[in-house]
Amino acid sequence: MSTYRAEISVCSGKACRESGSHNLKEALEKELLRKGLNNEIRVTETQCNGFCAQGPLLKVEPEGTLYQKLKEEDIPKLVEEHLVKGEPVKRLFLKPAAPPESVPAMEDIPFYSKQMLIVLKNRGVIDPESLEEYIARDGYVGASKALLNMTSEQIIQEVKTSGLRGRGGAGFSTGLKWEFASKSPGDVKYALCNADEGDPGAFMDRSVLEADPHAVLEGMVIAAKAIGAHQGYIYCRAEYPLAVKRLNLAIQQAKEAGLLGRDILGSGFDFDVEVYQGAGAFVCGEETALMQSIEGKRGMPRPRPPFPAQQGLWKKPTVLNNVETYANVPQIIQNGGAWYAGIGTATSKGTKVFALTGAVNNIGLVEVPMGITLREIIFDIGGGIPKKRKFKAVQLGGPSGGCVPERYLDTPVDYESIAKVGAIMGSGGMIVMNDQTCMVDMARFFMDFIQDESCGKCTPCREGTRRMLEILEKITQGRGEPEDIDVLEELSDMIRNSALCGLGQTGPNPVLSTLQYFRDEYEAHIYEKRCPARRCAALVKFEVNADLCTKCGICSRSCPSGAIEWKKREPAVIVKEKCVKCLSCITNCPADAIL
Amino acid sequence: MPKLTIDDLKKLRESAKKATALREGETTIKITVHMGTCGIAAGAREVMDALLEEMAQAERPDIRVINSGCMGMCSSEPNVTVEMLGKEGVLYKHMDKNKMRQVFKRHVLLGEVQTDFALARMK
Repeated sequence: MSTYRAEISVCSGKACRESGSHNLKEALEKELLRKGLNNEIRVTETQCNGFCAQGPLLKVEPEGTLYQKLKEEDIPKLVEEHLVKGEPVKRLFLKPAAPPESVPAMEDIPFYSKQMLIVLKNRGVIDPESLEEYIARDGYVGASKALLNMTSEQIIQEVKTSGLRGRGGAGFSTGLKWEFASKSPGDVKYALCNADEGDPGAFMDRSVLEADPHAVLEGMVIAAKAIGAHQGYIYCRAEYPLAVKRLNLAIQQAKEAGLLGRDILGSGFDFDVEVYQGAGAFVCGEETALMQSIEGKRGMPRPRPPFPAQQGLWKKPTVLNNVETYANVPQIIQNGGAWYAGIGTATSKGTKVFALTGAVNNIGLVEVPMGITLREIIFDIGGGIPKKRKFKAVQLGGPSGGCVPERYLDTPVDYESIAKVGAIMGSGGMIVMNDQTCMVDMARFFMDFIQDESCGKCTPCREGTRRMLEILEKITQGRGEPEDIDVLEELSDMIRNSALCGLGQTGPNPVLSTLQYFRDEYEAHIYEKRCPARRCAALVKFEVNADLCTKCGICSRSCPSGAIEWKKREPAVIVKEKCVKCLSCITNCPADAIL
Repeated sequence: MPKLTIDDLKKLRESAKKATALREGETTIKITVHMGTCGIAAGAREVMDALLEEMAQAERPDIRVINSGCMGMCSSEPNVTVEMLGKEGVLYKHMDKNKMRQVFKRHVLLGEVQTDFALARMK
C-alpha cells in the first residue's frame, strides 16, 4: 500500500462535467505520469462543490485549495508550480465572493427607486398563471366593489375624477369615453381591449399581458358594468403567443371562478370576454380598423363620426381602451379616483409605462409618475448612454411621434408638454439615439414602416407616404436636390390634413420633427453629400483618418470581409475593393477615425 | 373551482395571502424565474430546467418554484429572485443553467448570497 502526499479531486458534478472536467482529469493523470508523480499524488473525483458557474473545479488536498475555470492547458503549469515547487497558482484560485452588503439594495438603484408601480405592481411578483396569486394581491377587489356597491354613473364619475386618459396614445379622457358609450341607446354594447401593439420598439402591452393578465380582465369587467356591455373582445396580435396563452388561461380561470360569465360574484351582472387574434397589420391598432377586423372584414379604417361610442362593433355602441388603460382601472375603483388624481401633473394623472430601448444602458420596461422629466428617465432610470457616446435625441410615440433633442430633455412627461416639443406621448415606445444615429435615415426608417403598413384606402396616405419615402431614400443615397426639403414639407402638410385615419395623419411626424430639430443634417446630405453621423453608406468615404486613428485594430477585427489592413503601431487602411460598406468599422471605432 | 360569491372571494383572498407568504413549517423559500418573452428569449427556460433538476434532487418540500413575468430590466435577463424567510431577497441577473445551479446549491441550500451574479437586494 502506498501513501499519497497529496490528493487532487476533480469535481464530477453535472455542470463541471459539461464544461470539460473529464478531459481535465485525463490531462492531469497524463501530466502526473509524465512527471513521475503518479505514485505520490492521487487523482479522485468529488461530488459537486456548488460553484457550478466557476467550473471545471479542482481541489488540492491537504491544503484544500480550490481552482476554478480550468482548461487543459493550465494543467502543466499547475502541476509544476503547485505540486513540484509547492507554490499554489494564485491566478487560478476560486475567487471568493464579495460580501452580501456589496450588492446594492433595490431602493438604492435608480432604475427601481425612481419608478412608481401601479399598472406593473404585480410584475415579476406573482405567477401570472395563478388566479389565487392575483387575488392574494387584492385582485378583483375593484371589480367586486364596482359590481356590488356602485352604479354605472358612480363608476364613470370615479374614473372621471381620477383624470385617467387613454394610454394608447391619443390621451382622450377614459371617463368621458365611457360616459358617451353608456348614454348611447341600445341593449347590446361592447367593451374592447386594444392589444394590437405595433410601434417599432414598443413592448408595454405585451409585458403587462404576460405578467398580469387578470388586471386587464378586471379592468374590462368594470368598464363593461359602467357602459352596460355583456360581451368583450381583446384584440391581441398573434405575434404575442405567450400573452395570448396567458390571457386565455386567465379567462378560463375567471370563468370557472365566476369572475366572468353569468351572474358575476352573485351580482346579477353578466360579462364574457374572448381573445381575438390579429394578424399583425399595424393599421388594425386604429379603432375603426380594429373593429372591422373583429367583424371578419379586411382591417381598414372608416371615417368618424359616427364614433365607436355611438356605432362601433357591429354598429353597436362600443368602448375601446388600451391594455394599460384597463390595467389602471381596478386600482382606481379600489382606492378612489382622488387617490389616482393625486399623482402626476395638472392635466396628466397617474403613471405611464414606457418601453425604454435603443442606445441606453438599462433597456427595459419602466413605469413612472407623470411629470418626471425625460432626462430622469433616460439618465437615472436608463443609466445613460453606453460606451461613453453622446446623447442625440429620443424618439417618442413610434411612427406617429417625433424626436426630442438634448435641449428639451427637461420637459416633464405629460401629454401637453410632450406635444409642445413636437413629439407625442404615444403608447409608450421610447427609443434613445446616440450621436451615431443619422436623423434622415431614422425618418426614412419610419416612413418605410408607414408606407409598408398603409392600408391603401385613402390616396394621401397610400401615395403621399410612398413619395415621401422615395425622396428620403434619394437623400440618404446622396442624390438629394435642393427642393427636396420643401417638397417633403408640402407633402407632410397635405397628408396631415387629408388622410383618413390617425395612422396617415400622423405619418409625416417623424419627418417633420427631424426637420424641425435636425434640418442641418438634411442640408448636409443634400448640399455637401455628407452624412454627419456616417450611417448613410453611400455618403461615407470608408477612409481612415490617420491623424485620429489610435492604431488599436478594432476596425480590422470587426470587419466581416477582411477589407481592413492593420499592423501594430500603424494606422489601419481600408481596401475599397473588398469593402462591403456594412459600417461595422464605423460603429466600433472608438476614435471616430473612419470618414 | 366553484363559482365565487363576494364572501368566498374575501375568504379566498385571506387564504391565498397566507398560502403565498413565506411561513415556518410550510414554504420558507421561494424561487422565482422571470419568464416573460424577454426572459425566455434570453434563456430563462434553460435556467428553469436546471432549477427543476436541482429541486428534484434536493427533496425540499419547503422550497417553492414559480415562474413570473418580466421584472422590468430586460437587459439583465434572465432574472431569478430568491426569497428566504427572515432574510433579504436577492434578485439575480444574467443567469444561465450553471449560475442557477450554483445559486441553488450555495445560496438556497447553504445561505451564501452569490454576489457575483446579484443585481439587487430586496426588502
